[in-house]
Amino acid sequence: MSDSPSASYLPEHPPVSDWVHDFDHTDPVWTDDPFPIWETLRAASPVVHTERFLGCYMPTTYQAVKEIAYDTEHFSSRRVIVRDIRPEITARAPPITSDPPEHKPAKQVLLPPFTPDAMKRLEPRVRAICNELIDEFIADDHCDAAARYTKHIPVRAIAHMLGIPEKDGDLFIKWIHQILELGIKNEDELMNGVREMTGYFVAHLEQRKLEPGDDLISQLLRAKGPGGQPLTDEHVLGSLRLLLIAGIDTTWSAIGSSLWHLAKTPADRERLIAEPAMIPTAIEEFLRAYSPVTMAREVMKETTISGCPVKAGNMVLLSFPAANRDPAMFPDADKVVIDRKENRHAAFGLGIHRCVGSNLARMEMQVAIEEWLKRIPDFRLDPAGKVTWSEGTVRGPRQLPVLFGNNA
Amino acid sequence: MSKLRIRVDQDKCQGHARCKSLAPELFELDEYGNAHEVGDGTVPAGLEDKAWLAQTNCPEIAIEVTEE
Repeated sequence: MSDSPSASYLPEHPPVSDWVHDFDHTDPVWTDDPFPIWETLRAASPVVHTERFLGCYMPTTYQAVKEIAYDTEHFSSRRVIVRDIRPEITARAPPITSDPPEHKPAKQVLLPPFTPDAMKRLEPRVRAICNELIDEFIADDHCDAAARYTKHIPVRAIAHMLGIPEKDGDLFIKWIHQILELGIKNEDELMNGVREMTGYFVAHLEQRKLEPGDDLISQLLRAKGPGGQPLTDEHVLGSLRLLLIAGIDTTWSAIGSSLWHLAKTPADRERLIAEPAMIPTAIEEFLRAYSPVTMAREVMKETTISGCPVKAGNMVLLSFPAANRDPAMFPDADKVVIDRKENRHAAFGLGIHRCVGSNLARMEMQVAIEEWLKRIPDFRLDPAGKVTWSEGTVRGPRQLPVLFGNNA
Repeated sequence: MSKLRIRVDQDKCQGHARCKSLAPELFELDEYGNAHEVGDGTVPAGLEDKAWLAQTNCPEIAIEVTEE
């Protein structure tokens, strides 16, 4: 990571004492354990506000989150990360940053490569990736599962889909850290990350124009946008930026949280080993209870959400994770019930911005957990190590030290 | 047991594909991954539980189940 002294660090945030009127999703207390905070906020109001981030609301109930997600008239997706500053919008990433009517055609182009059938074709490669990773550390009887396993699965899967070398994954991880974590408070890191990533993809774009293949970059270059015209290079680059940013640390987080839960819950682990057919149902519950992704909207016109007035010019922290812990929607919302039967969780969003990669994420989670449990059925958190969680928009374990084998 | 019929509201479906995963006999996906019911939506005997399971797991509440 660059620690350049010229970096334009934004002021440090003062610690939060009044969560209801001054919440801050980058506060270390939130990063470590957000669940009790959400409970406090939800008990206070369906929509709370902070003066931080130049003014930001947060819906705290499933209902309020849903109302905002469905309302593209008053809430724009042009900014999808809540940050300290609101610079000019330069690097778009359609369709996640698109509003109607531009949104639909931009999304239609991306949907066919991510259907469940398309994911079935990718599954054998992901299974092999998981086993290659496990081979590297299984003899050690311990590992940091975030650094050695969960982190690499989505990176390699996306690289495989894009037809680029899987070893370039380390570059992707660096850019994502700069854009999604450091970039919340440091504009230079964000711009450097975006610039390097764009340069990398421009080179691949030019190469695919000369030698088209079956990979996703070539498919996007062949795709027709609205009006039957090919997509512009800028549009293709924006979508590639999106796939990388949205497709990697999100799933890394989701697999990591699932393993974290299983490491500290032997009963659930044993049940999934005895009944592997239940893994997909358990994955849905992990997605609900440990949803990694919080999105954002910008209020364009004054309106009312769940009876609370919201004013233009503010951002909205659209916390699908908090919605998924709302006891009005989910009985025993704070319990992880791996055979939960009714589970309309919103981990992949609600409405037109449903995550385009949801089928990919689900497949990766299922395969990653299946392969881990087959080879490392007995494991636990390392009491001498520390689990750390990512800060900001995507939540998941970034250090996950576990013991197994002779250490189990 | 009375006969069930299912229908996916195309305006509401966003392609989460939960129904296809839970009840592959009853739902199909188009090239964009959006769901619709198989045939005329009549639920064959023995698959009633799966129809309800799909209905209660659709995040967009896009699936209607009617009893005939």
